[in-house]
Amino acid sequence: MGLDFSVVPGYLDTILIGVLWTIAITVCSAILSFFGGILFAVTALYAPWILRLPVRFFAWLFMGTPLLLQLFLIYFGLVELGIDLPAFVAGVIGLGLHFAVYNSELIQTAILAVDKGQMEAARTLGCSRGQALRKVVIPQAVRDVIPPIGNNMIALLKDSALVSVIGVSELTLSSQLAIGRTYRPFEFYAVAALFYYIVNLGMEAVLRKIERKTALSR
Amino acid sequence: MDFELILRVYPYFLEAAVVTIELSVLTILLGLACGALGAAARLSRFALLRFLGAAYVSVFRGTPALIQLFILYFGGPQIGIQLDAFEAGVIGLGVNIGAYMTETMRGAIVSVDHGQTEAARTLGLSRAQAFRKVTLPQAMRLMIRPLGVNINAQIKGTALVAAISVVELTYTAQRYIGSTYKPFEMFFIAGILYMIIITVTGKGIAFLDRKARLP
Repeated sequence: MGLDFSVVPGYLDTILIGVLWTIAITVCSAILSFFGGILFAVTALYAPWILRLPVRFFAWLFMGTPLLLQLFLIYFGLVELGIDLPAFVAGVIGLGLHFAVYNSELIQTAILAVDKGQMEAARTLGCSRGQALRKVVIPQAVRDVIPPIGNNMIALLKDSALVSVIGVSELTLSSQLAIGRTYRPFEFYAVAALFYYIVNLGMEAVLRKIERKTALSR
Repeated sequence: MDFELILRVYPYFLEAAVVTIELSVLTILLGLACGALGAAARLSRFALLRFLGAAYVSVFRGTPALIQLFILYFGGPQIGIQLDAFEAGVIGLGVNIGAYMTETMRGAIVSVDHGQTEAARTLGLSRAQAFRKVTLPQAMRLMIRPLGVNINAQIKGTALVAAISVVELTYTAQRYIGSTYKPFEMFFIAGILYMIIITVTGKGIAFLDRKARLP
């Protein structure tokens, strides 16, 4: 059984819809992981212990276990708790939380690295602690970690393939659908890989633009 | 938490953890070999090798590991490669992490001060000798910690082979979630075992890093 790519064009629309879903789930999870990461970072650093300890424990747990296992936990765990969410939403929550934990680690380090004088100056000018954090410290910290957060987002794009196992019909599952009809796994997975590669290049270009925009002229 | 259930099923998880450890060790060894070859190619004097090295890194880091695994396992037979799921898992994931390790090793090698090579050459060492006796030992010291990050990621990465039905920790957890409808308990057992594997490995790498550091 050799290779025959002539079956691919017939399923191109299925694949392209899969590409759109992959982009959608990546963008939604990326946004969740970004703001979730800031929230986790601030909680882990400044919240009273009753909030701080659970968040730290959760971060420790999510950094030490595989994403695939976490996806199963979230997908089936939510059902167990009586919350029946569409697979797409469960996938966004799983990917978003997983990468929020990694982003949070980066942001915590950056917050601690912002000069103490910034906080003191803001407090002297009459800002409350919360205001000083929100308007002075966090924006500087986040700006400093945009490049490594970008790397996490690239990893997120590739890991979005995993949500196919909980039934989100993104690029990987769309390819499997076509394979189920044609019995041509090599061809369709190769095409899927090509599309991931293209989306990946596009994403890298966008991230570089954001990096340039947010970088301080030093 | 249903602790009775946990006590009843945990032996199966222990067996599965052994498979996860085997997968981790084999993929990491293959990854280190691929990484060394890749880094050598990327730093080669020959443009063709440099190009091949760069293409390897770009393709394998630019596409999902899961898709690479599927191409090898499901698509392999179409081009005459017949592997069982475990073999496909080791080869697919090992070659994948090798692309990341290529960049780690290359990064460590190029960050050794160029003056070291120049000094060695001035003292009469050949290019190869200077690399082997001066640059590489210093680079090895620098690459332990970042390779540790790759290794940590790869231990968790072995979970992907659950998608091709290799009976390791994540697959076992998934199967028991399906048959018992107890996702939290199953996550609890598998999670603890992953944590143990990762923590022990992390300590080992930290130990190596301390030993290798200059006084």
